[in-house]
Amino acid sequence: MTPEQPKYKTSDEVDFVVVGSGAAGGIITKELSENGFRVVVLEQGPYLTEADFTHNEIKVLNEDLLTNHPKLQPNTFRKTPDEKAKPQRALVYGRLVGGTSVHFTANFWRFHEIDFVERSKVGPIAGTGFTDWPITYADLEPYYTKVEWEIGVSGLAGASPFDPPRSKPYPMPPLPTKCSGVIFEQAARKLGWHPFPAPMAILSQPRAGRSACINCGFCLAFGCEVGAKSSSLATAVRMAEKTGRCEIRPDSYVHRIELDGNGRATGAVYFDEQRNVHLQKAKAVVICANGAETPRLLLLSANKQFPNGLANSSGLVGKYLMLNSGGISMGVFDEPLNDYKGFAVSRILHDFYELDAQKVGFYGGGGMDARFDVTPINFALGSLPPGTPRWGKEFKATLAHNFTRTMEIFGHGTSLPLETNSFSLDPDLKDAWGLPALRMTYKDHPDDLKLANWLNARGLELLDAAGAKQKWNFPAQEQQFAVHLLGTCRMGNDPKTSVINSDHRTHDVKNLFLCDGSSLVTSGRGQPTMTIEALAFRAADRIRALAKRGELSS
Amino acid sequence: MDLNRRDFILRSCSRFTAVWLSAHWPALLSAASHARNAAQTPAAAKLGFFTPDEAKEIDALTARIIPSDGTPGAHEAGVVYFIDRALTSFAIDDQKTYREGLPDVQARTHELYPSLDKFSAATPEQQDDILRSLDAQTTAAANRRPNRPRAAGQTFFETLRTHTVVAFLLDPDAGGDPNGVGWKVIGREREHMFQPPFGYYDKNYPGWQPANTATDKTKS
Repeated sequence: MTPEQPKYKTSDEVDFVVVGSGAAGGIITKELSENGFRVVVLEQGPYLTEADFTHNEIKVLNEDLLTNHPKLQPNTFRKTPDEKAKPQRALVYGRLVGGTSVHFTANFWRFHEIDFVERSKVGPIAGTGFTDWPITYADLEPYYTKVEWEIGVSGLAGASPFDPPRSKPYPMPPLPTKCSGVIFEQAARKLGWHPFPAPMAILSQPRAGRSACINCGFCLAFGCEVGAKSSSLATAVRMAEKTGRCEIRPDSYVHRIELDGNGRATGAVYFDEQRNVHLQKAKAVVICANGAETPRLLLLSANKQFPNGLANSSGLVGKYLMLNSGGISMGVFDEPLNDYKGFAVSRILHDFYELDAQKVGFYGGGGMDARFDVTPINFALGSLPPGTPRWGKEFKATLAHNFTRTMEIFGHGTSLPLETNSFSLDPDLKDAWGLPALRMTYKDHPDDLKLANWLNARGLELLDAAGAKQKWNFPAQEQQFAVHLLGTCRMGNDPKTSVINSDHRTHDVKNLFLCDGSSLVTSGRGQPTMTIEALAFRAADRIRALAKRGELSS
Repeated sequence: MDLNRRDFILRSCSRFTAVWLSAHWPALLSAASHARNAAQTPAAAKLGFFTPDEAKEIDALTARIIPSDGTPGAHEAGVVYFIDRALTSFAIDDQKTYREGLPDVQARTHELYPSLDKFSAATPEQQDDILRSLDAQTTAAANRRPNRPRAAGQTFFETLRTHTVVAFLLDPDAGGDPNGVGWKVIGREREHMFQPPFGYYDKNYPGWQPANTATDKTKS
């Protein structure tokens, strides 16, 4: 926490309240405060810093040091709307300053041109909400470039023949190539595929006062202790703080957006750490609370004017949830890879980004990467070949042999938007603050599962070409656990079929904006954070323009 | 850069703001250092949850989960002491599982080998038979994604197995066995930073080069 942060009074009507300090909230806050606006960020989680991060798997993975806590914030799950949802942990997100960007893998490819116009290209898909975005790749391109240069992405421009056009190369070369990357690259080329260095939001060189990656090996799910991972915490939040106009207020759990009699947002109501309730007044509100908590906050903010939830005249708040389909294949090799060293991913390929539905028999497409992202404990508990004894001499021997010799092929792909897949308020379960808990309803579209199995088969094909001594994967299963939280307040031109317009402004409330994974119209092929951040840069530009034109003041 | 991870962690402790976090951290570190000290001087070890007799049984059980064969196992890593501390700190919710589970193990021991009343009195072969009878699951768990929740409502054996693995493999510089016995066994180097080449396959890697288009096949 920097000393130059202002302390705004809650009664002081600041220019913007931003709810959430993650991938989108951090960038919007940075952009607005750098442009002269006074911003208060209400972040439900604590303000931890690099010195607080640890390699302790119990703290991080089992006790949710960085993430939403299932005891404080329980949720329920069901597959279809006609079922009664049962308590079951169904989602994880970063709950701290910097949000999920603190603990993510940092895979940072751009969406391709097709992602924004795919419905027009492939036609309608019955029973789904598959539709085009109101913006195109070209609209977003300058903002992807901003993310790469201002937040910090390592990569190699022009290395993939499938890459969309770009206005500038990456600011830094790719990270080192791991053994999994070498194996992946050589095998993929044997198969005629086009592997390339993974674009990663991790510094390959020191930059802007931050260290380059030291390859410590605790990356996915952990906070970076040297600030090399380009989280909002390490980047945008600190840039915002430097302006002297931004106050980051941690441990502030927003549970209602207030409206005045004219239907304008007047501020955000939140619990502080002692559970006292405050209203922070603001001229405009930007919610960046993620694809689960953003719709939940709107639903919690129902009032006389919006009995079904704030900004929910479309009835679509919380709906069209997409998680990204995918599957993992595992391979064991003769010699040590030591792939536990370093970040997770060094090689990817996009040969299967657009599959021909006529040929494969389903809609979809995906990317593939080579990775190792499991910690020693998780490896021992879940990454040994099927049939390995779970204890005893052979368990120990296999564990000792395989830990340094295993790699994963991760296929990540599309999820179709279904109206029945959603986040909503559970009618019975409450969180520790007495507020209705999140209820997740999710059942993969059959095509999503077919895609996952198809990608799994490619994973085995690649491991075969690589000469893996052992290889296996698991048949795709219906997903019941969400990491990517996408599509739940979708963007669109028609107020009847979308929640926000292409300026990220809600159709219903003029000075209320939403930007995070909830804004996405389609799922991309996984790795959504890069696009969420590009959207955030663009949204901030649009919001700034509206404010300068006086459209946000009453 | 200061590479002393223990100092780093301890220093950072004072900066934690969340109450539950600061409440658990010292316990975790204490569990680890206790396990180390106990492993070095077993006679002087203090137990917080188990009685000495119970500890002997748990030590015998964990020693069959990760046996001491050519390399050190759960016994040498002081796993029983880690679990003992865990059950009075971060794993306090599992006390009941142990209180009820251990008598069940003894009952099963007696059932299979009527002349025996204690698991620890059985031969290693007999002990493995007893564990096999307790281990209902036979296939490897598929729940392997790092940020996916682990299965809840586990049996005593599954809880014990999980705790044994955790105690054996938790980062030795972040609360695990400070001697790093488990990491040595699996070949996980203990340094806090690494530089390529990392392993065998990247040793002679020439660096990324554009594909030779002659070998390209048509894209799928």
